[in-house]
Amino acid sequence: MTPLLDIRRLTMDFGGLRALEAIDLAVHPAQTVALIGPNGAGKTTLFNCITGIYRATAGDARFQAGEGRCVPLRGLKPNQVTALGICRTFQNIRLFGHMSALENVLIGRHCRTRAGIAGAILRSRRARDEERRAAADSFRLLKKFGLAGHADAPANSLPYGAQRRLEIARAMATEPRLLLLDEPAAGMNPQETRELNRMIVQLREEEGVAILLIEHDMRLVMSLAQHICVVDYGRKIAEGTPGQVRNNPAVIKAYLGEDDNA
Amino acid sequence: MNWDYLLSLFMGGLTRGSIYALIALGYTMVYGIISLINFAHGEIYMIGAFTALIVIGVLTLAGWNGMAILLIAAAAAVVYAAAYGWTMERIAYRPLRRAPRLSALISAIGMSLFLQNYVRMAQTANFLPFPNLIPDFACLKPVAHIVRASEIVIYAVTALVMLLLTLLVKFTRMGKAMRATAQDREMAMLSGVDVDQVISLTFIIGSAIAAIGGVLIASHVGQINFYIGFLAGIKAFVAAVLGGIGSMPGAVLGGLVLGWTESFFTGYVSSDYEDVFAFLFLVGILIFRPSGLLGRKQTEKV
Amino acid sequence: MDPKEEIKKSFIAAIWFMFLTFPIMVVRVDTIEHTVTWRWERLIWVGAAFFLLSFIWRRLLDRKLTGPSATDTAPAHAAPRWKHLTADSRLKRPALAAAALFFLAVPLLFSWNKTILVTNALIYVVIALGLNIVVGLAGQLVLGYVAFFAVGAYGYALLNLHYAVGFWSALPIGAALAALFGLLLGFPVLRLRGDYLAIVTLGFGEIIRIVLENWNELSFGPSGIDNIPPPDFFGLILNLRQTHIAIYYLMVVLTLLTILVVSRLQHSRIGRSWEALREDETAAQAMGIDTTRAKLSAFALGACWAGMGGVVFAAKQKFINPGNFTIWESILVLCIVVLGGMGSITGVVLAALVLVILPEALRVFADYRWLVFGAMLVLVMVFRPEGLVRARRRVYAFEPTESDKTEGP
Repeated sequence: MTPLLDIRRLTMDFGGLRALEAIDLAVHPAQTVALIGPNGAGKTTLFNCITGIYRATAGDARFQAGEGRCVPLRGLKPNQVTALGICRTFQNIRLFGHMSALENVLIGRHCRTRAGIAGAILRSRRARDEERRAAADSFRLLKKFGLAGHADAPANSLPYGAQRRLEIARAMATEPRLLLLDEPAAGMNPQETRELNRMIVQLREEEGVAILLIEHDMRLVMSLAQHICVVDYGRKIAEGTPGQVRNNPAVIKAYLGEDDNA
Repeated sequence: MNWDYLLSLFMGGLTRGSIYALIALGYTMVYGIISLINFAHGEIYMIGAFTALIVIGVLTLAGWNGMAILLIAAAAAVVYAAAYGWTMERIAYRPLRRAPRLSALISAIGMSLFLQNYVRMAQTANFLPFPNLIPDFACLKPVAHIVRASEIVIYAVTALVMLLLTLLVKFTRMGKAMRATAQDREMAMLSGVDVDQVISLTFIIGSAIAAIGGVLIASHVGQINFYIGFLAGIKAFVAAVLGGIGSMPGAVLGGLVLGWTESFFTGYVSSDYEDVFAFLFLVGILIFRPSGLLGRKQTEKV
Repeated sequence: MDPKEEIKKSFIAAIWFMFLTFPIMVVRVDTIEHTVTWRWERLIWVGAAFFLLSFIWRRLLDRKLTGPSATDTAPAHAAPRWKHLTADSRLKRPALAAAALFFLAVPLLFSWNKTILVTNALIYVVIALGLNIVVGLAGQLVLGYVAFFAVGAYGYALLNLHYAVGFWSALPIGAALAALFGLLLGFPVLRLRGDYLAIVTLGFGEIIRIVLENWNELSFGPSGIDNIPPPDFFGLILNLRQTHIAIYYLMVVLTLLTILVVSRLQHSRIGRSWEALREDETAAQAMGIDTTRAKLSAFALGACWAGMGGVVFAAKQKFINPGNFTIWESILVLCIVVLGGMGSITGVVLAALVLVILPEALRVFADYRWLVFGAMLVLVMVFRPEGLVRARRRVYAFEPTESDKTEGP
C-alpha cells in the first residue's frame, strides 16, 4: 500500500544548527502515527517542514493528494499544502482571537469555497448559497467538538480546553486527509484529555482521516497511535508499534537520560 | 575629475552619516529590546536641539560666551532628551507592552505627532537661527573649502560616543542585562533582570545620543524648527534597517553608507530627488536583504 | 487606595512635568532680537494640569488592568447600557432614517460654505472606509495612503487636460488607477510585516508627492493644475452654488455606495480572510488562506476608494497641487480609522465627520488639532484600542439547541 505521506531523508538546518537529520517517516491512509521525543527534539520543526512554514534543507516529502496524484511538498506554500489536504494545529494555540468561534471554523472553509470579490459585492445567489452552506458546515463541526454553545463568542474568550478543541475543528474544516496535531492535550486536565481521546477516535472512525500526532501524554499516545516514531536531537532513534517502542532501550535512554554508571 | 569636489562630497557624506548613525543607534537599541519602531525618536532629537538653543539664548544674554555655552547647552540637551525619552516610554509604550505591535506603533506615531506640535505651539513654527559656537580652528584654513571645523567636531564626538557605548554594552553589568533582554525578554526576567529598568535605560541612552546628534547638526546647519526630527528620524531609521536593525555596529555602518550614497547622489545626479532616493534605498534593502548588512536572519517561531 | 499616597504621586508627577516642560513651555528665545521672554504663568498651568491628569491616568490604568474586561471576554449582554442602544435594531432604523433626512437636508439647512465642509467630510468618510479595509480589517499599517488619493486627483486632472476625459468616466478610471497603484505598492512590500510596512508606505506617499513637485512636465510642479472642470450633471447648466450642491449630493450617494460595498466585503469570505490575516498571518496561511492574494486584494480594494475620493476632490476644488497630498492627510485618515474603531464602519463614519468638521467649526480647536490628534492616538491605543465604536461581530443565525448548551466538558 502506498503511504499517504512519505517523508524521505528530510533534513533541516538553521544556520549551522541541524534541527532534523535525514528523517524517514510514512503515514498510511486512516492511520494514526505518533511522533514522540524530548522537548527540542525537532518534532514541531518536522511539522513546519511538512506544512511549508519552513523549507527543508534536503530530502523530500510526498503526499497522495487523491486521484492518484503524488505531490512533492517541498517548496509549496502553507496554503497550498492545506489545499492539498494536510492541515495542522499549533502547539501554542493560534486561533484568530477576536473572531468568533464560528468564524474561526469558517476560515477553515476558505480553501474549499470559491466566492470572489464580485460575488461578495453583488451578493450573487451562488455566493449567498455557498456562504450559507459554509456556515452550516462550520456549525456542524462546532457541534461535533462540543462547541456549539460558544459559536458566537470570541475565540480568545473560550476556556483553554475549548480553544484546543476549536483548533482541531478549524483544521477539520479544511477537509484534510491528513491531520497534524501538535500537542493537543497540552495543559488539559485528565478528564479533558479523556474527552479529547474520545473525539479523536470518533474523528478517525467517521472521517477516515489519517493523523500525525505530537504528544507528551503517553497514555493518550499509547491509546491512539498504531505506529510510533521517536526522535531525539533531530534523528529518528526508534520506530514501531506502541509495544515495541515502549521496550526499546534507546527510547528509555532518551527519556530517562544516560546512566553514567551503566 | 574634480578631486576637491569629490572629497568635499565624501566629507559631507561622512557628516550626514555620523548624524544618521547617532540617531540610528537609538532606533536600533529600542528595536533590539522591545521590537518597536520608536517613531517619536526623531522628535527627541529635535527637542534636544531646541533645549540647547534655549539654553544658549539664555546664557548668551547673561553674558557668557565661547565653548562653555556649548558644553552647558549640550549637557542640558542630553538631560532633557533623556527625560523626554524616559517619560515617553512610561506613557505611550509601557502600558502597551502586551498589546499587539500595531497598537504600539500607532501610539508611537501619535507621540511623534504630539511632540512636534507641542514644540510648534509652545515655541514657534518658524525656523530659528542656531548660533555656530564651534570656532574655526586656524590649522584647518588650508582645507576649509573641503571640511569645516564643526564637521571635524562631529566626527570626533560621534567616534567617542560609539566607543563609550560599546564599552557600556560590552563590559558593564547593565550592558549585559540589556543584551540578555534583547535576546529573550522572558528568560532575562526569570534570571532576575529588571526588564522595566533595562527598557527605561535603553530609552534614556538612545535619547541622550540623539540629543548629542541634534546639537551637533543644529550648530553645523545653523537653523532648526519643530519639523527637523521627522525627516532625520526616517533617514536614521533607513540607516538602522540598512545596517541590520538591532545591531549597533550595523546602525553606524548603515548611517555612514546612507550618508555617503546620499551625498554622492545629490552631488552628481540630482538634489530634487534626494529624499526619494533614500526611500527607494530602503525599499531595495528590505526586499533584497531584509536582515540588513550586519543583522542576523530571523526565523519566526511557530 | 490611600488618598495621601495618591496625592503624593500626583504631586510628584506635577513636579516632573513642570521640570520636563520648563525650557520649551516657559522660555522663548528670540535669536534675532536677542531677547528672552519668560512665561512663568505657564509653569503653574502645567503643574495644575498634570496634577489632575495624573489622578485620571492612574484611575484609567487601574480600571484597564483590574476592571471588568467584560467588554473583551463576554458577549454583548455584558456591555454597558449605551451599547444596547446601538445594538437595538428597533432604534437603529429611526436613527438611520433621521441621519438620512439630515444629510439630505444639509444644503437647505446650512450655508453654502458649510455644505462644502460637509462634502469634504464625506470625502474623508469614503477614503477612511478604504483605509479601514487595509488597516482595520487586514491589519496592514499603511501610512502613505494619501498617495492613492493623489493618484485619483491627478489622474482626473491630467486625463481631462490631455484627453478631455469627463468626470463620470474619470471616476471609475481613477478608482482603477489607484487600485493599480495599490497593487504596485503591494508587490514589493508583501513580505514586510507591521512596522517595516508602515515606514515603506510612508516613503511611498512621500515619493509620490516629491515626484509631483519636481516632475514639471507631468504635473506642472508646485504650481499644480488649475481649471479642473466640475462634473457634468445631465447636461444642466449650473452656477457655482448649484454645482457645489450637486457635488454634495453626489458625495452622499458615493458614501452610501461605499458603505454598502465595504460592509458586504467585510462580511464575506474575502473579508474574513482579511481579518484572519490581521489576527495571525502564519495561522491564516496554515489554514489555507493565500496571504499574498488577501494582502493584494486588501491593498487594491482599499486604494480604489481613495482614488475615487481623489477624483471628486479634484472636481470640487478645481485646482490641485502637491500641497494637498502631504503626509498629514495620511495621518488624519489614520486618526479617523483608529478613533472610530478599526474595522467598524459606523465608528469610522462618525469619526470622519467629527475629525473633519470639528476643527473647522471651532476655530480655537483648529490650532490645536494636530496636538490633540497626536495625544488621541496614544490615549486611544492605551485605554481603548478598539476605538469609539467596537466592531461588532456578525452573529450567525443558528439557535443552539438545549442539548448543545449542556454538552461539552
